Amino acid sequence: MSTELIELTAAQAAERVRAGEISAEQLFEAYRERAAADELNAFTWVADGPPDANSNAQLPLGGVPLAVKDLFCTEGVPSQAGSRILEGYRPPYTATVVRKLAEAGAPLLGKTNQDEFAMGSSNENSGFGPVLNPWDRRRVPGGSSGGSAAAVAAGLAPWAIGTDTGGSIRQPAALCGIVGCKPTYGACSRYGMIAFASSLDQAGPLTRNVTDAALLLRHMVGHDKCDSTSVPFPEEIVMPRSEDLKGVRLGVPEELTGADGGVEPGVKASFDATLELAAKLGAEIESCRLPHAPHALSAYYLIAPAEASANLARYDGVRYGLRVDGELDLTTMYSRTRDKGFGAEVKRRIMLGTYALSSGYYDAYYGTAQKVRTKITEDFRQAFERFDFIVTPTSPWTAFELGAKTDDPLAMYLNDFCTVPMPLAGIPAISIPSGLSDGLPVGFQLAGPAFSERRLLDAAYALEQVIGFDGSEARR
Amino acid sequence: MLDRDQVLHVARLARLELSEDEVEHMATELSHVLGHIEKIRELNLEGVPPTSHVVDVVNALRPDEPVPCLPVEVVLAAAPVPVEDGFGVPSPGAA
Repeated sequence: MSTELIELTAAQAAERVRAGEISAEQLFEAYRERAAADELNAFTWVADGPPDANSNAQLPLGGVPLAVKDLFCTEGVPSQAGSRILEGYRPPYTATVVRKLAEAGAPLLGKTNQDEFAMGSSNENSGFGPVLNPWDRRRVPGGSSGGSAAAVAAGLAPWAIGTDTGGSIRQPAALCGIVGCKPTYGACSRYGMIAFASSLDQAGPLTRNVTDAALLLRHMVGHDKCDSTSVPFPEEIVMPRSEDLKGVRLGVPEELTGADGGVEPGVKASFDATLELAAKLGAEIESCRLPHAPHALSAYYLIAPAEASANLARYDGVRYGLRVDGELDLTTMYSRTRDKGFGAEVKRRIMLGTYALSSGYYDAYYGTAQKVRTKITEDFRQAFERFDFIVTPTSPWTAFELGAKTDDPLAMYLNDFCTVPMPLAGIPAISIPSGLSDGLPVGFQLAGPAFSERRLLDAAYALEQVIGFDGSEARR
Repeated sequence: MLDRDQVLHVARLARLELSEDEVEHMATELSHVLGHIEKIRELNLEGVPPTSHVVDVVNALRPDEPVPCLPVEVVLAAAPVPVEDGFGVPSPGAA
């Protein structure tokens, strides 16, 4: 029975619970047992029993349990953002999106491991150890929402939420063979999300398929008075059901799909095969230009660290988390606490960001990056005059081996080549599995104009049906 | 590009007491990353306005009405050194 439950998609499970065919409590317990026996280090905390799960049975999400990236604050439950500086921190309040999903009937199953403060593309930067990829445990799951991606791919959770700043939902989704969607900036409230780069951070779903992503996203979006950058979502997100792509114009940007991005041959082959399927469904496919996209990575690695250096100033050993004690003056207490509590990558980014904002370098680095951001946004605006969506591989590579890139920060950053332009422009994008290369999942990315989620999900759904990706191997 | 003195200066601004090893690593790694990033400075960006935020929201205001906040003991529960009704800190001058 338990295996049958696990093989249901989240939307199917919600439907069965609501129809009274399975019990919400039984469903929760089936997943709770799997999550508690996690061998991938995907979870940092697992609920010790079902909440009043049956009370969710009539709600839209039917009591289907939710895995939540550690950086979402959850009242009374450890929320450490993958950092030792927040070890054991239990916040006094809950993030808006987690609360909204719980109110819609998706109770908290557990908190998932992640790169420290969401800084990373492999999950090797977690203060609580790396997460393993369920397709091959010698390999990384991607990052920074690697725990959420691995948990969903391995069937340890029916669905999960994560956050995306430069690709942190889409890239791990691609490397784990699941669906990941980064919504338009402002679509979901950031209240209660432990901040990395505030002008880029967005919450989004990581799910087994596009329908589950739509169902979860539908209950995540909306204005929140606690986040003044959140906006009312202009339309209801309905379940996708498109069966073709007739008249849909897809732009293939030369800059993000050619050799410059270092796209692996196996990834390129899967991408090209998906374009052929799209053409068969009636899509019009043409190459296009995003002239400034190759500079997105540089702009991103100035803007995000700059914002992070300001956001992470709050970890000072005073109000929560770690403090290094001793006969110290105030400044030394701050400096020693921060040196001890932060991991190597977080320190690197704080240093990079502080440097980019420092007197004498501000205009040359941060100021320039903000102007490049404008150019990237304009590139997309022009492209969307001719195309409905821009499509690229999600990640230039499939999952790499643990330790393969940890000695070279720049090589690690290049992983984000195809995913950073979208958050810089604030536009939504989705990654769906397009197949396997040497037994490892490949992701196909579609990006659309701001607030085009409904159409984006529809197009992704149509493609998903013809791709017919089978992720069941990772759940065994 | 970044020398040892610059690293120490930035670390002081960032309130990070880096170890000797970290200082050395940081100089090499940051120089390597900045070497790549530098390329954007070759772009002609004259007259291009900077983007600091992508959402067109200006001055999100709300009525100035008092609402309840978290009780002091709840807020202090996570503090490493609570002192009476506040956060305990070392004296800025103490050594």
